[in-house]
Amino acid sequence: MDFLYSILIDPFVQMVELPDFLLQVLWEGFVAGVLYALIALGFVLIFKASGVFNFAQGIMVVFAGLTLVGLHEKGVPAYLALILTIGVMGLLALAVERFVMRPLVNQPDIILLMSTIGLTYFLIGFGEFIFGGEPKQMITEELGLPTGSTAFEIGDGGLLILQHIDVAAAVIAIIMVGMLAIFFNKTRIGRALRAVADDHQAALSVGISLNQIWAIVWFAAGIVALTTGIMWGARSDVSFALEIIALKALPVLILGGFTSIPGAIVGGLIIGIGEKIGEIYWGPLVGGGIESWLAYMIALIFLLFRPQGLFGERIIERV
Amino acid sequence: MNARIQHVELHADDDGLNPGDVMLKVDNVSLSFGGVKAISDISFDILKGEIRAIIGPNGAGKTSMLNVINGFYHPQEGVITFRGKARSRMQPYEAAASGIARTFQNVALFKGMSTLDNIMSGRTLRMHKNFFWQVLHFGPARNEEIEHRLKVEEIIDFLEIQHIRKTPVGKLPYGLQKRVELGRALAMEPDLLLLDEPMAGMNLEEKEDMSRFILDVNSQMGTTIALIEHDMGVVMDISDRVVVLDYGRKIGDGSPEDVKNNQDVIDAYLGVSH
Repeated sequence: MDFLYSILIDPFVQMVELPDFLLQVLWEGFVAGVLYALIALGFVLIFKASGVFNFAQGIMVVFAGLTLVGLHEKGVPAYLALILTIGVMGLLALAVERFVMRPLVNQPDIILLMSTIGLTYFLIGFGEFIFGGEPKQMITEELGLPTGSTAFEIGDGGLLILQHIDVAAAVIAIIMVGMLAIFFNKTRIGRALRAVADDHQAALSVGISLNQIWAIVWFAAGIVALTTGIMWGARSDVSFALEIIALKALPVLILGGFTSIPGAIVGGLIIGIGEKIGEIYWGPLVGGGIESWLAYMIALIFLLFRPQGLFGERIIERV
Repeated sequence: MNARIQHVELHADDDGLNPGDVMLKVDNVSLSFGGVKAISDISFDILKGEIRAIIGPNGAGKTSMLNVINGFYHPQEGVITFRGKARSRMQPYEAAASGIARTFQNVALFKGMSTLDNIMSGRTLRMHKNFFWQVLHFGPARNEEIEHRLKVEEIIDFLEIQHIRKTPVGKLPYGLQKRVELGRALAMEPDLLLLDEPMAGMNLEEKEDMSRFILDVNSQMGTTIALIEHDMGVVMDISDRVVVLDYGRKIGDGSPEDVKNNQDVIDAYLGVSH
């Protein structure tokens, strides 16, 4: 009886008793969710256009962040470093298209997946070789991103503390998603991207160049990775450990569907908020530390009932 | 009004060919997959302004021939000359850029997209505003979008599919999907239109509609058409010349009348005791 009480009732009592603390937890969860959504977005972009699950998205986040900080350390002014990093991500996209995607065109998905795992290890080695393996401080202030925090008073004596960088992360993520949505739905290139995702042969027949489209999506994914790298980096450090965090995108994708941009966002938020709430209110019951696996559990339960995700395209296969 | 003017301009730059000149020439083309010969040593030509039918029993190599013409397959031997330019290896998007459009035997549409978006995708090669404006969806890119939308509306009117403009094509009945696919090919304003069994799986009425569209495209837009079709009635009615394939070889070539009376062709279709 006691046990049931502590699972089913007590956590909610705590929530009601300290509403300001609940708000704080929700906010933290929201911000984490936004960042998960950003990472997931990188996966969705490439998956939509080429059907490839890009295992290297996580390391691209690290690589972009490292390039930015590394260039700055070598004496390049922050904004110039940012522009140069965008250029580097462009070069990376071209190289991936030319040396990975093009030779492997028409191969089974599993081979393409393996090739992105290969790309991951290449980028880890290459990144360490050039910038070293130590964690680096993100150049938040130099890029003009806000630091510090504001505290709001809620009710009688409650406090809600917002880190400015978190607010900036949320705003930038929302702008980015909006731009991607317009790009995908309203422009020629966006239409071409969706066309390629739908039917390679038909896309070729209307004069869409697969090579060009792939380079563009990898570049777009690179830009998303850079943004994520800056935001995650500002909250912790830029280090290869970030690559593991990027795998949190997996449950997000299972939840949201691999092909849906809105799905990536909603999935990110559910996972972000869900795991924070779970950790704070239910975690102590099992000795804490559930944040690291709760997301996968939620995804697993989801898989049982809705394998295509919340917004994914229905999987109908002819047998 | 604007759309009309644009239509004329787009066709003005096209070719130096007069009706009846050779537009596409296939010389001694052979194609094999491993040890299997799909096409052996085939030669024929397509004249500007004509409707050219390619017929033959199943597995004769008709679709392979179309795939060679628009660059999906690269023949091991032979030369293809399109508008005076010979080529051996060509990518499909280069073929599209040089003015060849096609439809597929099993409708290959972008199923998740609306009719409008599907046909708009046919305009890809005619839109040129750069990536930067596209991302912003602003200024020149937006105007360009509107300009091309006019042309697409013209095609939608022509094919009488106004009512399904916004419907995702995956939801449409097969006959209409075929029509949308034709629309997408027309949106490219091709010089040469390749149709792979445009009437497969249609009922009589749909076939009549499709025949009418094909004839209208040919006469009103001046588009040269090569089509594969199994319905002999239709082939004999609408085509100017017919080439017959069997087991990857050419066994007949000429007017519908000639082909109908060709003994090899009759044998191929009816079977013959050896």
